[in-house]
Amino acid sequence: MVTGGSGRSRLDRREAVARLVATRGDALIVTGLGSPSYDVHAAGDHDGNYYLWGAMGGAALVGLGIALAQPERRVIVITGDGEQLMAFGALATIAVAAPSNLDIVVLDNEHYGETGMQASPTGHGVDLAAAAAATGFADTTTVRSLDEVEALINRRAGETRTGPRFSVLKIEVDAPPRSLPPRDAVFIKNRFRAHLGHPPN
Amino acid sequence: MTTATGASTSWPLEVFDRLRQADVRHVSYVPDAGHSRLIELSIGDPGVVTTMLTTEEEGIAVATGAWLGGMRSVVLMQSSGVGNCINMLSLPVQTRSPLLMIVTMRGEWGEFNPWQVPMGQATEAVLTAIGVQVIRADTGDDVIAAVTQATAMAYDADQQVAVLISQKLLGKKTW
Repeated sequence: MVTGGSGRSRLDRREAVARLVATRGDALIVTGLGSPSYDVHAAGDHDGNYYLWGAMGGAALVGLGIALAQPERRVIVITGDGEQLMAFGALATIAVAAPSNLDIVVLDNEHYGETGMQASPTGHGVDLAAAAAATGFADTTTVRSLDEVEALINRRAGETRTGPRFSVLKIEVDAPPRSLPPRDAVFIKNRFRAHLGHPPN
Repeated sequence: MTTATGASTSWPLEVFDRLRQADVRHVSYVPDAGHSRLIELSIGDPGVVTTMLTTEEEGIAVATGAWLGGMRSVVLMQSSGVGNCINMLSLPVQTRSPLLMIVTMRGEWGEFNPWQVPMGQATEAVLTAIGVQVIRADTGDDVIAAVTQATAMAYDADQQVAVLISQKLLGKKTW
């Protein structure tokens, strides 16, 4: 737990993501482009991970598609504040679709880390968790410490049919060493589908 | 909306049947008059999951996710929405995931609203530019054949395909 720019406590992104990944069970994970992809990859590559390297604004919606196709599996989207802000309307789309097996986790450092750490709208007061609540997400929260992350994981552990859920993790403004997942989208697609028992065409 | 022949009014039912025969189980859409029958049929079928979108590019990402999860999807939109989709189309193009879009055209035939013309005229060019295969359909029979072929190209050959339904078929929007 480290104090960030706002003067309030913030999470170490790698520690927080490592905890989420360690407790994933059989969940499928989709990552938004940039640092969230590196964070999830740093926590250990997995056939059930789908890493986006582009298509900004698409992560939560790719997660929605998987969640609809795989209603018995938990799907966790891990993305950044900038990526989710580009898909603000997707909050409404997902809330109306109401998949009970979808978790969206926004790693919110209030900056665009890939492009030079320019400030993002969440640093200017835009509250993504409140926006998700306003659209009708079943469970929304903002956490700032590893203890809160643990409490969140424990609280939700027994919930198999509750969602969609939306979590904002306020993280430090830093850029840990990059841990690069494969950039070959077809390879990752076929690996992911094979993990679910689907053959390549 | 005017329709000239029996074929032009019955095509949505036939198209829906073909989609279901091809095991398309997910339909996402931005509401559109030309797609209204297809949307109603989708919502009315308990075997189909429908997703209402706030903007068309969402449907491209949802369809790719559905394919990752093993479910076939179709995205319904009007030509004005194609422009919203361009960068998101890099997702199915780059992942070489099947994509089936059915697009009702505006701005090309008897259009009274000039604001529909730029995107209507650009629709085929921008889809082709990003790597989506385009199949045009001018009659009800064309639409049925085009959707059948497009579904096969998407789901058997991993292509990204858009069927453009002519404004000639859909008719002039009446007020």
